[in-house]
Amino acid sequence: MRNTPEILIVEDDPQIRRFLRATLAAEEYRFHEAITAAEAIAQAAARQPDLIVLDLGLPDQDGREVIRQVRQSSQTPIIVLSARGQEKDKIEALDLGADDFVAKPFAVGELLARIRAALRRAATIADEGAGTVFRAGNIEVDLDKRRVLVGGLEVHLTPIEFHLLRTLIRHAGKVLTQRQLLIEVWGPQHSEQAQYLRVYMAQLRRKLEADAARPRHLLTEPGVGYRLLAE
Amino acid sequence: METLRPDPDQLLARVAEESAKAARGRLKIFFGSAPGVGKTYAMLQAAQASARKGTEVLVGLVETHKRNETEALLEGLPILPRRQIEHRGVVLREFDLDAALAKHPQLLLVDELAHTNAPGSRHVKRWQDVIELIDAGIDVYTTLNVQHLDSLNDVVAQVTSVVVRETIPDSVLDQADEIELVDLPVDELRRRMEEGKVYFPEQAQRAMGNFFRPGNLIALREMALRRTADRVDAQMRSYRRDHSIQSTWPVTERIIVSIGPSPFSAKLIRATKRIAERLHAEWIVAFVETPLYAQAPPEVRERVLSALRLAEQLGAETVTLNARKIAESLFQYARSRNVSKIVIGKQTLPLWRRLWHGSVLDDLLAMGGDIDIIAISGEPDLAGSPRLISPAASKQDWRDYALAGATVAACTIVSLALRSVLSPVNLLMFYLLGVVTVAMRSSRRAALFSSFLSVAAFDFFCVPPYMNFAVSDTEYLFTFLVMLTVGITISTLTVRIRMQVAHAVESGARTQALYRLTKELTRETRAFEAARKATEITRDVFGAKVILFLPDEPGKISFRRRTTDDLPIPSAEEAIAQWVYDHGQKAGKGMDTLPGATALYLPLKGSASVVGVMAVITSPENPINAPEQQHLLEIFANQTALAIERAETASAARDAQLKIETEQMRSGLLSAVSHDLRTPLASITGAASSLLSQGEHLDKATQRELLESIDQEAERLSRLVNNLLEMTRIESGAVEVKRDWHPLEEIVGAALTRLEKILGQRPIAIDIPQDLPLLSVDDVLIEQLFLNLLENAAKYTPPDSAISIAARPVGQGIQIEIADAGPGFAPGDEKKIWEKFYRGNTEGVRGAGLGLAICHAIVAAHSGSISAENRPQGGALIRIWLPLGGKPPEVSVA
Repeated sequence: MRNTPEILIVEDDPQIRRFLRATLAAEEYRFHEAITAAEAIAQAAARQPDLIVLDLGLPDQDGREVIRQVRQSSQTPIIVLSARGQEKDKIEALDLGADDFVAKPFAVGELLARIRAALRRAATIADEGAGTVFRAGNIEVDLDKRRVLVGGLEVHLTPIEFHLLRTLIRHAGKVLTQRQLLIEVWGPQHSEQAQYLRVYMAQLRRKLEADAARPRHLLTEPGVGYRLLAE
Repeated sequence: METLRPDPDQLLARVAEESAKAARGRLKIFFGSAPGVGKTYAMLQAAQASARKGTEVLVGLVETHKRNETEALLEGLPILPRRQIEHRGVVLREFDLDAALAKHPQLLLVDELAHTNAPGSRHVKRWQDVIELIDAGIDVYTTLNVQHLDSLNDVVAQVTSVVVRETIPDSVLDQADEIELVDLPVDELRRRMEEGKVYFPEQAQRAMGNFFRPGNLIALREMALRRTADRVDAQMRSYRRDHSIQSTWPVTERIIVSIGPSPFSAKLIRATKRIAERLHAEWIVAFVETPLYAQAPPEVRERVLSALRLAEQLGAETVTLNARKIAESLFQYARSRNVSKIVIGKQTLPLWRRLWHGSVLDDLLAMGGDIDIIAISGEPDLAGSPRLISPAASKQDWRDYALAGATVAACTIVSLALRSVLSPVNLLMFYLLGVVTVAMRSSRRAALFSSFLSVAAFDFFCVPPYMNFAVSDTEYLFTFLVMLTVGITISTLTVRIRMQVAHAVESGARTQALYRLTKELTRETRAFEAARKATEITRDVFGAKVILFLPDEPGKISFRRRTTDDLPIPSAEEAIAQWVYDHGQKAGKGMDTLPGATALYLPLKGSASVVGVMAVITSPENPINAPEQQHLLEIFANQTALAIERAETASAARDAQLKIETEQMRSGLLSAVSHDLRTPLASITGAASSLLSQGEHLDKATQRELLESIDQEAERLSRLVNNLLEMTRIESGAVEVKRDWHPLEEIVGAALTRLEKILGQRPIAIDIPQDLPLLSVDDVLIEQLFLNLLENAAKYTPPDSAISIAARPVGQGIQIEIADAGPGFAPGDEKKIWEKFYRGNTEGVRGAGLGLAICHAIVAAHSGSISAENRPQGGALIRIWLPLGGKPPEVSVA
């Protein structure tokens, strides 16, 4: 593993590139820039960056094409920059394999937090098997033993609830679309029955969260999907 | 037979293509007096000349009759392959209209304009094909002989004693842009025939003895020359008119011709047309519908209908008058229309009938006045005088006669019983009573029969010597005569009154139906609903299946947009409906155009354009072919069209109004927003430029302050832009509500998480029951609703005051209450806050006044309600009700 992570910024707006450059340099990340989709695909292949920050609106092609190309050969985390209110674009990007999205306009702090989370996740996947015990706040999940503790007390989960939780834990920090979760937990034939997912999600929150109406870990991205927040 | 129908795809393709071409083609007719004068030859010569000039010429169809000179002229011209039509095992080769339309040459040659097409062609007659070609913008050259002209048809028949079946309306000739007379002296023509240049030799011999007799040819040649001269005359007149040359003709005259159900009517109409042409007059064909006519058999009515159709084809105005006395109503109508001449058929009636009924002619002459009466002699009527009493009624007859016989028998029994008490004259009264009874219930003939029978029975049974026709007292002969006269009079009058009543009832029903239609339609403001209503009423009134088709997209009729659920018409006929829509002409069953169709298609002609098509599928028991019924059907179609047009105009006006309001909204938006956009921009620019130019002179605290100001103002600007975009999206209808089943708790949770920073540490009480049903809503929009409401609550209340969110089922929905402990709304603001750009007068808080307007729009999009009030204990309360949006799905949590 290299000591400082290398990030590829794909963005056509010079002003945004400018402040991203400043921010990433201040955080001592190494970085490269690409303006077009073609350039992005070429750089991603040549440099093998540790993470890609990708704007969806590019001058030559749709940003989603970059995700498709990159995902053919690597699992490099991709954070998508998108405008608000374009849930469809987000879902498509996530379904194609993007890890996360940040809505424009965004505060630098938020983007950096997402970058850190994505890099950390990539690192844990890299040394697979290290953590069979997942911790988030006062929630403790032993994936091997199928045991869930909240504040030290054991909580009983149904098999489907546990399957759902395990899927979220495996991609902790990453936004999973409703479709991805339905296919993973219920199977491809149930990919359209989102109400199941929502009801189970509500159930899981009631069992794990201190206040189900103000969740800290099992977060909803309306219109898109869910995210498990560890910290 | 299916294969005979025109291919709808072809038709549709052509229709689309056709609409692209605006200009009408030119029609040139090569006009001659007889076959063999060289029309086709002349036409081909002209075509060759055009082709040499570079015109794109196509031979649509030319009959060379194997004449060598003619065939030679075809050289170098492309020829359109003929269409093969199989009819009863015989393959007919016809002109291919669709192929011609598809090729769309500049000039098309179509020989023999009067030809009748093979069954299964789109049009019955070739001239209709030609009209369609011209309408499509193609120039057409064609040929025509004088004997085929409708208005000359009977004259030709008189002169040559050959009845020509293939005729074309004179209006087609009138539509021609150019007529070239192809003339050949009679001797020359006969010589050419003898040389075998016209027909094959054996045919020629036969033809020369019949039609081609010199006398005939001379007469035909004269007719052709005269018709052409008339045409030149008309051209001259229009030239004068166009060039403002003072007309030397007086104001147009108006002529009316009265027709009846007689076969002679057609001749009468043609004769009137000739008179009208000579006089340059307008002409009207009137049919006076008498009560008697109401009982006429279908074939008689059909005769009237076809006569009226002929009149329309010849360019007359037609009118149907309802009256008992023909002469009287005709005269009144003529007066009302300033008619100068009345044309009437001079019928050869037996003297007694003329004396008894009087004749229309005599009546008219008696009324006379300043209107000229022209009587035209009729042929001795081969079909006999028009008999209005239906032979079909004879089925009923035996019962009528039985009734007559029985009644007389009954009278006789009574008379026999009272013979000893009453005098014979009083017994007579019983018989008269009997005659009246019969007349009231049966046909006129049965009533007359009962009159005679009564006289006989009276004589036989009641007049001494009894049981004998002999009469002892000759005075009784007088009694018989009076009795007979009274009987006949009574029976005639009674039957007439009955018929009048029946007629009044029928015409009353017609008026009633029309009244119902107009009344129902005037109330309807939506075009499609008007069409649906009209469908129902028309179906009820005519007892036929009726469907209305409206255009699906501009200019395109579709069977999809129809007023009934079922569709008893093959979908291939969609093309016919389209044709009717495009041409504004009737077609389909019983019409000249596409008679093979299942339904009759009527265009719904509004005042400006055709708005749709009415399809009528008649049943065999109830064919709509009586002229008055057809007429009524047309009136129905017209009324419906006007109603639809009115509704469409109204909705267009509404749209226009909406557009104006939207425009006003936009300009309001611009003025309200420009200020709100500029203020944060000014702060950002100011702070940023200050940092840039004086950065090093400012102390750390000031720098930090300026940076915070930039951050906050940028945040505000971002919120404002988001709200504006959201509002615009909702208002423009670009936001579609993507409903799905969601737990309310989850949406509220997402909003609270996102607002974590703004809400800070303030206590938030949430009361959402676990068993609250799922809601069918758009989660993104509802999250936005909570974001705006909670943000507002945070903005207008002290930083540590509590906010509460509670939800519970109310009715078929969920009620949500969001309450804060702030200052609440200013009195009167509770309603205004939902308006765009309204800002509550709270000090120090700035916004564009869009947040709550967006909330209102979102709730409205979900068919819910939202209201605001002040809580009694202080603070604002927003109450929302959202419908469940259906039955929540069962989700068992296992």
